[in-house]
Amino acid sequence: MMKFERYEWVAITIMISLFIFVGFIQGWSVSLVILNMCIISAIMTMGVNISWGYAGVINFGVMGFLAMGGLAAVLVSYPPITESWQVGGRGLGISFALLVVLVIAVMYINKTIIQKRNRYILNSLIIFFGILIIRHFYLNATHNIEDVNPAIAGFLGGLGLPIIFSWIVGGFFAAGVAFVIGKVALGLRSDYLAIVTLGISEIVVSVLKHEEWLSRGVKNVIGLKRPVPYEINLQNTDWFIELVTYLNASKLNNIIDVSERQQVLNNLIIDASGIFVKLSYAILFLIVMFIIFYFANKAQLSPWGRMMRAIRDNETAANAMGKDVVKQHLIIFVIGAAIVGVAGAMLVTLDGLFTPSGYRPLRFTFIIWIMVIVGGSGNNLGAIFGGFVIWFSWIEAAPLTTFIINQLTIGLEPDNALKLHLLDSVPYFRYLLMGLILLLILRYRPKGIIPEKVRHS
Amino acid sequence: MIDFLHSIIVLLNFIIIPGISYGSQLALGALGVTFVYAILRFANFAHGEIMSFGAMITILFTWFFQSQNIGLGILPTALLALPVGIIATIILCIISDKFVFQYYRYQKSVPVVLAMVSIGVMFVINAIIRIVIGTETIKFSDGQKFIMKAKQFKVMTGLNEGLALKSSQVITILITILLLTFTFWFLQKTKTGKSMRAFSDNEDLALLSGINPDRVVSTTWIIVGVLACVAGTLYGLDKSYKPIIYLNLVLPIFASAIVGGIGSPFGAVVGGYVIAFSEIMVTYAYKKFFVYLLPSSLEPSGLVQLLSTDYKFAVSFSILVIVLLIRPSGIFKGRVL
Repeated sequence: MMKFERYEWVAITIMISLFIFVGFIQGWSVSLVILNMCIISAIMTMGVNISWGYAGVINFGVMGFLAMGGLAAVLVSYPPITESWQVGGRGLGISFALLVVLVIAVMYINKTIIQKRNRYILNSLIIFFGILIIRHFYLNATHNIEDVNPAIAGFLGGLGLPIIFSWIVGGFFAAGVAFVIGKVALGLRSDYLAIVTLGISEIVVSVLKHEEWLSRGVKNVIGLKRPVPYEINLQNTDWFIELVTYLNASKLNNIIDVSERQQVLNNLIIDASGIFVKLSYAILFLIVMFIIFYFANKAQLSPWGRMMRAIRDNETAANAMGKDVVKQHLIIFVIGAAIVGVAGAMLVTLDGLFTPSGYRPLRFTFIIWIMVIVGGSGNNLGAIFGGFVIWFSWIEAAPLTTFIINQLTIGLEPDNALKLHLLDSVPYFRYLLMGLILLLILRYRPKGIIPEKVRHS
Repeated sequence: MIDFLHSIIVLLNFIIIPGISYGSQLALGALGVTFVYAILRFANFAHGEIMSFGAMITILFTWFFQSQNIGLGILPTALLALPVGIIATIILCIISDKFVFQYYRYQKSVPVVLAMVSIGVMFVINAIIRIVIGTETIKFSDGQKFIMKAKQFKVMTGLNEGLALKSSQVITILITILLLTFTFWFLQKTKTGKSMRAFSDNEDLALLSGINPDRVVSTTWIIVGVLACVAGTLYGLDKSYKPIIYLNLVLPIFASAIVGGIGSPFGAVVGGYVIAFSEIMVTYAYKKFFVYLLPSSLEPSGLVQLLSTDYKFAVSFSILVIVLLIRPSGIFKGRVL
């Protein structure tokens, strides 16, 4: 098992006490909401940290992989819509089969025709006409599917399995996309890789946004089933009511009037059910986080992790020692993306809805990167710490700026134009905060708050 | 024969003119990215926000001039405010260099660290813009909107198909020509321009021959400021100003710069037009065009559209990926990636 240094214990204590503090000030419900998102952010950050911190492979496609995880949550948990399958299933099947044929044809051409010019011409011709033919079947099928009861369905639906399976499936979805991206782009220099992955993640999201037969597009998928109980059911469960009564016994016993006591109890039960649901999520998420943390650390300390560090620190030397740099880069890129995909599925599970238009690079790529840089790349605890701290400040920035603005403008009239304008733009101060944090960390602590430990073994 | 003319006009109206004006905006943006890349050697993710900042200042002064009843008659007031915007953008660039980028340049940090730093700068500028002007869509073009309306054209020529010419498109094209001519003249003929090219080509050799790196860098930022502000304002003038659009615009701009060959100014311009035209051509529905061109028996039933307009941004990136695969240095040999 791993041993923590003293400053690492300090970091852990800070993280825990932040939530207790918020719990007392703003209520436990708020605290748990933030905690849940912090855990998911920490998992995303670990995913990016594995590829960037271990091997120096940059991954700006976080948003795309998250969206793939979200798609997995929909496809696994949503009940299947048989009607859609009936009207469009065959057309989709045919177009998919044709696509496979096309890919095989292109691969065959690449193998057999050596002359470069002929190859390009033949390839572009075959791809152009292939796509024309595929589009014919495909558009018909998708059109039919989208016409099936468009107000509530209009897509294929999913498998109707428990949503928790999607956490694994989401990982595989993201890994699949990452494999393709990695095959195409991993030879590039790091800042180009950043741009290309950013662009491909935009493509992934725009596909999810506009292919309504698959993901319902901008119409969003709502009402995904939860892996934890619903508040309304809890409020009518005997053991839960007894539990709440037992926990608040002293408070309730002080109230003599029966109807008043019942009223208080009901309020307590409603509060407690909300907290119970969030707590169950938090426990599920924590389990996933610890599993990933454990294996990530194991992997980092293993010979494989050492090889990754060698590749990161000196690619040429590692190559000379017989390590297959290209292959290892691909492997670690895929693993990192898979973890991000898991987080994406968890995110949709938590929200209970899938909104493709909600995936924006600022929020889902760059913020995650700030978490990685701030926490300390190459250190998994640092990644978790970064995820917690940055998400925490992202959320708490708004109340904090409101407070500061009110303090600074205390001398002004309450209807002063400047004051009102500033208070209106409170939500945007968090971007300022994020930018400043990133710049300050990069300047004064470039290795992050909890830097990577230099291991000599 | 008349049908052929009609089809040409359709193409002009819906592809060529919008393509040239959008391409000019991309070209100016890509030129800025390429300058930063060639001289400072990093991918500047903040470029879109710098453009947005310039457009914002221009809008603020446009409002000021409008309130003072100062205008340019048929031309948009924004042209009057543009110089102020340019100066403000240059100041922003110089400040961000002095306080942020300079440190890493002296440290000789690797490009990817500088790219991260530029993300931090992007966040800060983004926040400033949102705090100052909000996130609403702003239309700030005034003056005469059309140089030629579709109807006027129909009356003038007696054809069935109209050709509209927006004044913002013409202004975009004229200003782009002016600015590009000036930039290339500057690079080729002046001493500072030559020293910039030398610096870009081989830094050590340039330093040895007595070129002052700080001077080169600040000149670069001045050019970048001018280009970014003009590009941002023209884009806002042509479509409408919306702060979040500029973050999305960064991607096609990068694509243009890389497709043309990053670090090569001429390549950036060509790349801008390549990206703009492919975005528009791939997502345009050609039905009208074919209706005029083909006999009625062959008339197409569908829209004859390769991809729906939703995939506009995806097109530019697919082109980027293809170019990187086939010719990693871009069309006009930039730096090899």
